[in-house]
Amino acid sequence: MVRVIGFVLIAAAVAAAQEHSYTQADIENGARLYQSSCAGCHGPNGDMVPGIELQRGQFRRATTDTEIMRIIQSGIPGTTMPPSSFTDPQAGSIVAYLRTASPSGGGRGGAVTIAGGNPGNGRAIFDGKGRCATCHRVNGVGPRLAPDLSEIGTIRPAAELQQKLLDPNTTIRPGNRYIELTLKSGARTSGRLLNQDTFTIQLLDVNERLVSVSRSDLREMVFVKDSAMPSYRDALSRDELADVVAYLVTLKGYRP
Amino acid sequence: MMPRTHAIGPPRRHEDAKTVLSKTSFVLSCLRGVRYHAAIAVSFAVVAVAVLDAQQVTFDRLLHADREPQNWLTYSGSLFGHRYSPLTQITPANVKNLELQWVFQTRGPAEPTEKFEATPLVVDGVMYTTLAPNHVVALDAATGRMFWMYSPRLSPLARVCCGRVNRGLAILGETLFMGTIDGHLIAIDAKIGKPIWDVAVSRPELGYSLTVAPLVIKDKVIIGPAGGEYGIRGFIAAFDAKTGNEAWRFNTVPGPGEAGHDSWPAGSDAWQHGGGSIWVTGSYDPDLNLLYFGTGNPGPDWNADPRPGANLYTDSVVALNPETGALKWHYQFTPNDEFDYDSTQVPVLADIEWQGRPRKVMLWANRNGFWYVLDRATGEFLRGKPFVRVNWAEGIDEKGVPKRVLNATPEGTLVYPNNQGATNWYSPSYSPRVGYFYIPSWMDTYSTYTKGAVEYKEGNQYVGRFPTMTVPALRTGPGNVNTRTPQEGWGAIQAFDARTGELKWQFKMSDVTDSGVLATASDLVFAGGREGYFFALDARSGAQLWKGSVGGQVSAGPMSYAVNGRQYVAIAAGSALFVYALRQ
Repeated sequence: MVRVIGFVLIAAAVAAAQEHSYTQADIENGARLYQSSCAGCHGPNGDMVPGIELQRGQFRRATTDTEIMRIIQSGIPGTTMPPSSFTDPQAGSIVAYLRTASPSGGGRGGAVTIAGGNPGNGRAIFDGKGRCATCHRVNGVGPRLAPDLSEIGTIRPAAELQQKLLDPNTTIRPGNRYIELTLKSGARTSGRLLNQDTFTIQLLDVNERLVSVSRSDLREMVFVKDSAMPSYRDALSRDELADVVAYLVTLKGYRP
Repeated sequence: MMPRTHAIGPPRRHEDAKTVLSKTSFVLSCLRGVRYHAAIAVSFAVVAVAVLDAQQVTFDRLLHADREPQNWLTYSGSLFGHRYSPLTQITPANVKNLELQWVFQTRGPAEPTEKFEATPLVVDGVMYTTLAPNHVVALDAATGRMFWMYSPRLSPLARVCCGRVNRGLAILGETLFMGTIDGHLIAIDAKIGKPIWDVAVSRPELGYSLTVAPLVIKDKVIIGPAGGEYGIRGFIAAFDAKTGNEAWRFNTVPGPGEAGHDSWPAGSDAWQHGGGSIWVTGSYDPDLNLLYFGTGNPGPDWNADPRPGANLYTDSVVALNPETGALKWHYQFTPNDEFDYDSTQVPVLADIEWQGRPRKVMLWANRNGFWYVLDRATGEFLRGKPFVRVNWAEGIDEKGVPKRVLNATPEGTLVYPNNQGATNWYSPSYSPRVGYFYIPSWMDTYSTYTKGAVEYKEGNQYVGRFPTMTVPALRTGPGNVNTRTPQEGWGAIQAFDARTGELKWQFKMSDVTDSGVLATASDLVFAGGREGYFFALDARSGAQLWKGSVGGQVSAGPMSYAVNGRQYVAIAAGSALFVYALRQ
């Protein structure tokens, strides 16, 4: 009984925070505008300014959508937050993006609303038909070379996950870049780039070993341009895609 | 002349990669953007498993860590608690050629008490360590370059008496284990730094925090809470390494119906806030199948009025069955303690000749100023001698009970050694080659204990009145300021013959030390101190052979490892990790 009441309260809070229902187009537009105009200071996940976590609904001076839109448009005098020339619809789409990315502002509920997916079905597709689990690791199970998705629902908005499933090459984030190395000895290796500096390169190689290579031993390093992930545009139906997204946004890690 | 080397070092990684690569070239096709097919996925899984098996850190490897001296697989380097490296490339003759190889800078403590207390692990060329309070990093052990970092969000409710610190990790399979200051135990994938499970062990808002490096025994992860200054009731708990499910819990303060409960006052809830914290890693004897842990002070620290009695199992060593947590035996070093003499030291398990025959013993230099030899099969007291100036007890009787002569009083009692003790959590070392037991010692220190009012309130400190000390309990500033006379305390690395109990040598320092000690198979001893030096001594004579300035206090134990045949020695100091090897 207590749980039921709790759920109702959360649902009410989500509805109140959301104010509007956002369209898929709004969210995708907002994501683009955010990444081009806002991410430079706020970071790709909205958490690079201390005390502010945009995608988690943690703002310093605003709570309602209208207040956030006003700040996006007018800036905050006396701070490094500048005014912008965004129109109302543009500012609104950024809010739509931030709200759907935010766990407290309906990340879970909002995504399900947008996509209408079923997380249970999504998990079955993830492990089965979609073969996502043959490359991705979730909660300690699965291979490690592809990105670990255990907390993907906390760090990526639903719209971005959907976009990634449709067109894997749109954004390959810096932490998910793959390299091929040829050593002067002729040996070759490859894997996920973890770190590099003027003298060394660190990677998780194809055998899931943590390997450090000295550039003095290196003949060539090549960034792999294309994502190893296939597009699911034709492989899954629209409903199935929605289900997979619905499942992914439930993956919140252990300390969301 | 080439330095003498062990057959050390992991396989050469480049060659290895090449060999394995031919079998797995199809994996590359994935990386080049080729679409997945079921066949590829299946082959990938098969090959991945085959390769990973070779890298698993099995419990058998932890048991026989001496067979792979290039690695450092547990907090103390072995389950016997020796902090002893079998590596021999660095010798008394060449140690003068030690040279700094790399430094890993943490982002620095947010507050000065966030000391860097961790001992790193090294597994096949990869170093894992923790930075205060609970960041985990994987580094290339040869260059110090970072593979990954994991930083859990911590609860703001966490409270710790003496700094938001962590002493390190345990590993089993490909999983690292870390306790957090907010009372969680987290399993972390060693390859990618992602959590596998995360369980709440205890309540942070009541002062329970996990700062100890966990200990893996068989398929279980053993840990217990710090918090002896918050009126906690201590325990040692075992968790299934795969699932995080709790397997057993041993209460270090027994409740009603449990053996030892009668050492607490009847009709009182004193036992519920009785302390007995766990904050230094234990040891394990596979032949006896016994797990040993030292326990912390009783609560409240400095006023025993609420808790007449011996207060078991505080200030004790307990020997437990690792499958069940059942108590086999205990020995209490300081009954009814009022001087904060935690017995949170690493139990050092040595096989020595005792009165003409071999005996499995435990060596224990205690915060209370005595160092002990116990029979580790039975807990029988064999010997206990002061190693610093002690006035609270006139020796120890034949049954192992201290002949106590002082208590805290309302007007104040001057007690040797001081509240921080004759030694503390800083790891001692034992060289089975030399037969000496090496102790980081605080010499001629004293405190005045004045009995003050005490009342338990949830989440508040439950201690009594703080004692006075001439030596600061914690060095909190970046610089080194010591204007004390020698009569007000100094530091030493002491070497005792484990068999005879004789003091063989001591290396004197003008300030005290929070450093552990490392002995090596080439008869070197490494240690440091608050003054910001890291140094090498001759393990047989104590002669100083080398020193380096690390510019900040050493509050951690040294360790040694090798990569590609080259021996390294690592020490955390200030907020950085320093790694040395011989000049090439």
